Amino acid sequence: MRTEIVGIILGMAAVTFLTRFGALALFHRTGIPSWFGRWCRHLPTGILTALVVPGLLMPSGQLDISLNNHYLLAGLAAAFMAYRFQNILLTLGVGFGVMFSLRGLWM
Amino acid sequence: MRGEESVMEGTGISAYEEFWQGSRDTLPLVLGAIPFGITCGVMGLAAGLSGGEMMLMSLTVFAGAAQFISITMFSAGVSGWGLYVFTTLLVNLRHLLMGASLAPHMTRLPLAWQAVLAFGMADETYAVTMNRTLATGYHPNYHLGANLTMYIAWGASTAVGALAGSMIPNPLDWGLDFAMPATFLAMLIPRLKERRSLIVCIVSAVVALAGALWLPGKWYIIAAAAAAMLAGGILEGGGTCAD
Repeated sequence: MRTEIVGIILGMAAVTFLTRFGALALFHRTGIPSWFGRWCRHLPTGILTALVVPGLLMPSGQLDISLNNHYLLAGLAAAFMAYRFQNILLTLGVGFGVMFSLRGLWM
Repeated sequence: MRGEESVMEGTGISAYEEFWQGSRDTLPLVLGAIPFGITCGVMGLAAGLSGGEMMLMSLTVFAGAAQFISITMFSAGVSGWGLYVFTTLLVNLRHLLMGASLAPHMTRLPLAWQAVLAFGMADETYAVTMNRTLATGYHPNYHLGANLTMYIAWGASTAVGALAGSMIPNPLDWGLDFAMPATFLAMLIPRLKERRSLIVCIVSAVVALAGALWLPGKWYIIAAAAAAMLAGGILEGGGTCAD
C-alpha cells in the first residue's frame, strides 16, 4: 500500500467518523439547533443531484446530450423505474440492462 | 424526541433476540448495498487502487457515497489530501443530522459503546434503527445487529468486487461506472415529490453542470452542495433566530 493513498483513506475515515459521532458529542444534551436542521435539510438532495447529473450528461468530460450517450439513456430508464417503483434493485437492474444492451454485451 | 426513555426498554424480548432482529430487518437493505459494494471494489481497482487499499477504505470509511466520489477522483488523477478529505466531510455532513436524532436515545450508553455504534451508522442502518426506535423503543443490541450486518456485507461485497476487478480487463467498456449515478438516482428520485426538493435539485443540477464544465477537479460537488444549502435554507426560511 502506498503511504499517500493510505493517508488519504485514513483522513476520509477520520472526518467520516467525526460526522457520525459529532452530533452525539455536541448535541446530546441540547438537541440539534433548529436553524442547523433548516439549512441542512436539503443538503442530501443537492449532493445526490451533483453526483448524478454530471455523471449522466457528461460521462467523458464534455456535455453530451445525444443518443450516443449510453449513460444518459440508461439513466433515463433508471430514473423512470425509480419514480414508478421506488425500488433500488429494480432501478439498478433495468438501468444496467439498458447499459449492457447498448454496449452489445448480451451477444 | 423522547429523551427520557431508558436504554433497556423495548419489546421485552431478550438482548440476544434484539441483535438478530436488527440483523434481519437490515437484510432487505443489504440486498441493495451488495451490488453497490461490488461495483465499488471493481471501480476502485479500475481507478488504480490496490485490493488492500480498497479493503482499507471500505472497512475504515464505510460510506458508499464518499467512497465512490473518492474513486472517481482517484481515477481522474486528482492529487492533494485536502480535496479528498473536504469532499468526504461535505458528503457525510448528513450523518450529523442522523446522529442528532438518535443521540437522545444513546446518551445513557457508555461512551465507548456510543462511539462503536456511531461508527457503524450508515443511511440504511440509521433508517432501520430509527424505524424500530419510533415503533417500540431503542435497544443498543438491535442497533448493533443492524450495523454489523451492513458492515460485514459491505466489506465482503467490496472484497468480491476487488477480486472481480482483478479479472475484468476493462470495466469501463462495460459501463460499470454507471453504478454510481444509478444508485444515487434511486435515492434521489423519491425525494423529489416535495416541491422545495425539486427546486433545490434543479438549482444544484445547473450549478453542478456549470461547475463540472468550468471548475477544476471535483469542486463542482462542493459548489453544488453550497448552492443547494443556500437555496434550501432560503426556502425553509433559514436564519439563526428562533422559530
